[in-house]
Amino acid sequence: MADEKRIDAATGTEIKHHEWDGIQELDTPLPRWWLWTFYATILFAIGYTIAYPAWPMIDRATSGLLGWSSRGALDREMAARDKQIAPVRQAIATTPIEALPGRPQLMQAAVEGGRAAFRVHCVQCHGSGAAGSKGYPNLNDDDWLWGGDLAAIEKTITDGVRNPGHAATRQSLMPAFGKDQLLTAEQVDQVVAHVRVISGQDKPGAASQAGAKVFADNCAVCHGPAGKGMRELGAPNLTDAIWLYGGDTDTIRETVWNSRHGVMPRWDDKLDKATIRMLAAYVHSLGGGEATRVETAAAAGKEVMGDAGQ
Amino acid sequence: MDRLLLKSGGWFALALLALLAALMAADSGFAVHMGIACAAALLMAVVTVRGADYAGIARGLLKMPVDQGKYDDDPIRWGVIATVFWGLAGFLAGLFIALQLAFPALNLGIEYTSFGRLRPLHTSAVIFAFGGNALIATSFYVVQRTCRARLAFPTLARFVFWGYQLFIVLAATGYLMGITEGREYAEPEWYVDLWLTIVWVAYLVVFGGTILKRSEPHIYVANWFYLSFILTIAMLHIVNNLSMPVSLLGSKSYSAFAGVQDALTQWWYGHNAVGFFLTAGFLAMMYYFVPKQAERPIYSYRLSIIHFWSLIFLYIWAGPHHLHYTALPDWAQTLGMVFSVMLWMPSWGGMINGLMTLNGAWDRIRTDPIIRMMVMALAFYGMSTFEGPMMSVKAVNSLSHYTEWTIGHVHSGALGWNGLITFASLYYLAPRLWKRERLYSLRLVNWHFWLATVGIVLYAASMWVAGIMQGLMWREYGSDGYLVYAFSEVVSAMFPMYVIRAAGGLMYLAGAIIMAWNIGKTIAGSPLREEKPMSDAAYDPAADRPLVTQPA
Repeated sequence: MADEKRIDAATGTEIKHHEWDGIQELDTPLPRWWLWTFYATILFAIGYTIAYPAWPMIDRATSGLLGWSSRGALDREMAARDKQIAPVRQAIATTPIEALPGRPQLMQAAVEGGRAAFRVHCVQCHGSGAAGSKGYPNLNDDDWLWGGDLAAIEKTITDGVRNPGHAATRQSLMPAFGKDQLLTAEQVDQVVAHVRVISGQDKPGAASQAGAKVFADNCAVCHGPAGKGMRELGAPNLTDAIWLYGGDTDTIRETVWNSRHGVMPRWDDKLDKATIRMLAAYVHSLGGGEATRVETAAAAGKEVMGDAGQ
Repeated sequence: MDRLLLKSGGWFALALLALLAALMAADSGFAVHMGIACAAALLMAVVTVRGADYAGIARGLLKMPVDQGKYDDDPIRWGVIATVFWGLAGFLAGLFIALQLAFPALNLGIEYTSFGRLRPLHTSAVIFAFGGNALIATSFYVVQRTCRARLAFPTLARFVFWGYQLFIVLAATGYLMGITEGREYAEPEWYVDLWLTIVWVAYLVVFGGTILKRSEPHIYVANWFYLSFILTIAMLHIVNNLSMPVSLLGSKSYSAFAGVQDALTQWWYGHNAVGFFLTAGFLAMMYYFVPKQAERPIYSYRLSIIHFWSLIFLYIWAGPHHLHYTALPDWAQTLGMVFSVMLWMPSWGGMINGLMTLNGAWDRIRTDPIIRMMVMALAFYGMSTFEGPMMSVKAVNSLSHYTEWTIGHVHSGALGWNGLITFASLYYLAPRLWKRERLYSLRLVNWHFWLATVGIVLYAASMWVAGIMQGLMWREYGSDGYLVYAFSEVVSAMFPMYVIRAAGGLMYLAGAIIMAWNIGKTIAGSPLREEKPMSDAAYDPAADRPLVTQPA
């Protein structure tokens, strides 16, 4: 029996002499292409392990003939990129930001670099289109809390807003008028009614007229007598249609009652000067950037501060 | 009778112990799990008392042995039903989380339905519940038939089935409650791991015992694969889950490994879960059901030997390719890559042996939807075992890693290979296990085949596109030397691909529902569905008569 070859009719191949539950096996040789490809992958593997770090030895692994390492490859790539952009970054870092608009090519490079950095560092709060959301300002409009010229934006990014433990940060604290019982609930309602009127959302009434007095006594010191805001203190303009937290009655009441104190981190401890400058240029370019008027801005600031002091 | 008392008493004591643990638990998740264990033990006590044994007692009195002339198929019948059930649950969970990725509102804002908890529910349900039940059931079926021997330790075999279901329930409820080790595909905590270890050792004893008492002189190739799967999974499971519980009455534990060693152990496990659970185990299914359904001999005995040994030798080293460009030392990454590349042909050996077994029966693809399913399964197997080695090459991996391409790769393997070969095996098993003439409907199998195939194509293609797009967008530098895209822009660019993927998943689920209907009707013994046969040669009644010359 063992000598007798059984041939499978359909394939002409010999059938092995064993069977399990009716399953038989043919004695087909290994397909040549399969075997040679298998050998080729083994040869490739041997060659690759000679060329690259591979075999663990007693205190270290073989480092490969090519001297390649993943850290080395990354370093080379990063160095090449750094080299490519170094001159531009150097020029940006050494050019005062007010002077950037005078050098359009550099300004353009700064805006592009800022666009990339913004996507990494800023979109989490301000959104990928920089349109912000509740509590996070929209950077596309021309309504600025702390100033919208290049220098002011750079200062805000550098030192942040209410960054704890940083003396140079943009700082101001609106009192929690309701929670801390600086105003009665009725007074809060009145001042909210007043804000609704000056922002053009409601018509004047008894409450808002009473609120005007509350506003003058408590709010005007920062938001200005007309509620136009004050950039030195990051006090928002209350007369326009742009709201950081919302302009409906309930939201304004919540703001007055609890206050908000939004925080933006300082970036000078995380990013270099050139990157911050590029971010400022990018944010400035989004549409609402204001022209630099260094002296007048400072003068206006003094004047307002003077008012506030009275 | 004493035996009965002892057994039911033992279960009852176990229930009390679990209850005690539940009452003293350090955290609520552990309490719930001990409650489940208590309920399971009580159920066993009741079942033991109520009768499962009366027939046995009667047999004992009359000295009537069980019918040794029949295979022990009860656990296999339960396994078929469990496979269908867990398959539906797993596919549904998958569809839901696919929709969550496209429409995040579907997280519903509560932790129990968040993506982070449902994702391991999906992966474990399809791999371990659906795939695991299919493997256990088919291995019990195949080992008996190819050894011409009844299952060794029939009681233990039943324990394996029910113990495994308890493992699944504990794992799944744990995920929902946030109990996890945070190890991908090995999420269950220490006490569930211990339980699975007990069940798995019992599985090895039943399977190995049956091989030892075989009547055939040789061990069939399918059983080599099953045995390698059972042994290796035991080793992987135990080593990867070595951990120290914070409290013996709490669910939290900490891994025995730390840092990059921990990562490497995890991916040594993770990759070989793919290699030995989803490849070796399912190749075993293929090696039995393809030749049976095709009624053809295996293409090459020699190839089966060579590809078996090369596959299991090479697979175990390939894990580090999951950690390319990480803190893992370069040398380990290199070895992970070259072993993966060498794995290409050994993997394809299984595909060749499966497909070429159809030599002499290729026409069956046209007429037999089950064969069609098997061929498609092998085609996807071949595709994903080419794609795997390719993605392990570092240059490719630097683009593909962390992208949806990986998800596409996994699913072309899981849906195409594991899913289709399991469906085909279930279609083969159902009429034979329940002694039906044939399946309720072959046309419905055909429907299932096409829904699943088109679903996989939509799934895989959309994820390939998404993954490559994602990889290219992440690394794109503008001419001025800065990254072009924000991460969030890449996420929003993938929305259409996510929707297409969910559509593919929906089709795959729809096919599985048709299968559940078809197998359910087969089990119920319904009369065969009235339908056009799958193959239909032309028949012309007018020509179907003898030519008679008219008398002049």
